[in-house]
Amino acid sequence: MTWEQMQPLLWQGTIDTLYMVWWSSLFAVIGGLPLGVLLVLTDNGGLLRNVPVNRVLGFVVNVGRSLPFIILLVALIPFTRFVVGTAIGPTAAVVPLAVGAIPFFARLVETAVREVDHGLVEAALAMGGGVWAVVRKILLPQALPSLVAGLTTTVIALIGYSAMAGAVGGGGLGTIALNYGYRRSETDFMLVIILALIVIVTVAQLIGDGVVRLLARRERAGT
Amino acid sequence: MITTTDLTKVYRTRDREVTALDGVSLHVHPGEVFGVIGRSGAGKSSLIRCVNLLERPSSGTVTVDGTDLTALAGRGPRAGRELRRARTRIGMVFQHFNLLSSRTVQGNVELPLEILGLTRRARAAKALELLDLVGLAEKARAYPAQLSGGQKQRVGIARALAGDPKVLLSDEATSALDPETTRSVLRLLRDLNQQLGLTVLLITHEMDVVKSVCDSAALMREGRLVESGKVSDLLATPGSELAAELFPLAGAASVAGRTVVDVTFHGERAGQPVISGLARTHDTDVSILAAAMDTVGGRQVGRMRIELSGPGADADRAIGYLRDQGLTVEVHDPRTAPTADLADAAPGADLVKE
Repeated sequence: MTWEQMQPLLWQGTIDTLYMVWWSSLFAVIGGLPLGVLLVLTDNGGLLRNVPVNRVLGFVVNVGRSLPFIILLVALIPFTRFVVGTAIGPTAAVVPLAVGAIPFFARLVETAVREVDHGLVEAALAMGGGVWAVVRKILLPQALPSLVAGLTTTVIALIGYSAMAGAVGGGGLGTIALNYGYRRSETDFMLVIILALIVIVTVAQLIGDGVVRLLARRERAGT
Repeated sequence: MITTTDLTKVYRTRDREVTALDGVSLHVHPGEVFGVIGRSGAGKSSLIRCVNLLERPSSGTVTVDGTDLTALAGRGPRAGRELRRARTRIGMVFQHFNLLSSRTVQGNVELPLEILGLTRRARAAKALELLDLVGLAEKARAYPAQLSGGQKQRVGIARALAGDPKVLLSDEATSALDPETTRSVLRLLRDLNQQLGLTVLLITHEMDVVKSVCDSAALMREGRLVESGKVSDLLATPGSELAAELFPLAGAASVAGRTVVDVTFHGERAGQPVISGLARTHDTDVSILAAAMDTVGGRQVGRMRIELSGPGADADRAIGYLRDQGLTVEVHDPRTAPTADLADAAPGADLVKE
């Protein structure tokens, strides 16, 4: 395989991978952020203490976290078909990726939010703030650096998962790696794809770390 | 301004109950600085948190500025709208400042104003005015991490004043500060109390705090108020533990059987030669065993432990003379405590060292 043959495939694969990772990350935030915050709020000593709800949410998250992604991918095929009309292609792959990433990110959100000093929550309550004010003005802004770090971890996990989605025809770099690198034994092409994945992961990590450092700098300023 | 009636707070864990407050009835008058002093674990922290219902009392009522807050309480751990509104009128400052590290100084002071729903412009104007009031106008754009402990607490105070409260609750506000910074923060609280007519309820384990700013004080132990009243009245009360702790006096009779007397001087009496007068008019030898002089709530107060002896040592007449001079006199019973030290014998005497 010549570089001229590889290039369009590689390009399309990269686009598809980024597409899957972008959308599933977005859904991970939309679903995981409220879920993670609720896990903290409904816990014992939380502002919305509700032990039964907390147990149920915790159980759902644990089930989502304990299923190997490849199993989830296959098990969700009927659901994926119901949502997007097909079980093949990058758009279809977004469904299991999002379902897998939501509980993953939710746990990271939970850990980050739990780290926020309870004194700050108490201060906001003493000012007359309600639960919503505490979440929006205290918990999320104070946890922001950890949330961004958690999101970085999630995005990188999703890059890995998206390659797995190739196994069931998800598209992206994973599909190309399987079809050309593995089945046709194009070792050179396989190496190029692995290199591309390494570059994407590294860039994601660098961006995430950069944002965290930026956010943390002002908090450490002067000390 | 603040009244609690028969307040109790019981914490229940799976296997035991802890009574943090046991029938606390407290009355803080408008415009005064009221200090509750006690050791850690005495229930001070629960008490101050019950005043704005951050902690829900197990029973009893809390009234602040004529509003019964316990009646406003929502269900469960959530506060209802009316209770939240009432809280905006009660400022609170904390031992560890509780400032948001992610916001600037100005942003921190604006936080309660955001909760109150002020516009951006109104928030900025009010925040700068408050920072000016606490002497930190030039630090508006700094982050808390760039400030010293005393400056952080000033920001905390500015933030607590954002809702124009009539009442300020201070939860060990100076306990994380060094003595000099403590004095300047207390001076600020005193100034705000006088300029704004702010009523202050503070809890502390430091006697010096009570000594320097409080009009009234209460001693708390094991969830109960042991003593409570105006500081000047407490000092004039024989046997008052608070008075003994404000002025710990040591020293025992040199010869068993001699009369030992504690004398408390107030105001202008503190400047008069009462003791030499006693010696002259009653032909009595007066030995000073211990003495302390201090300013309490802006007034000069002195305490002295003396021993009476000599040819004319008719103890009763001498004591009568001292009382006639307008002093508070407390006689140690030579049979029960001839050599014991009152300050050491008093439970909670190590408060001051804590």
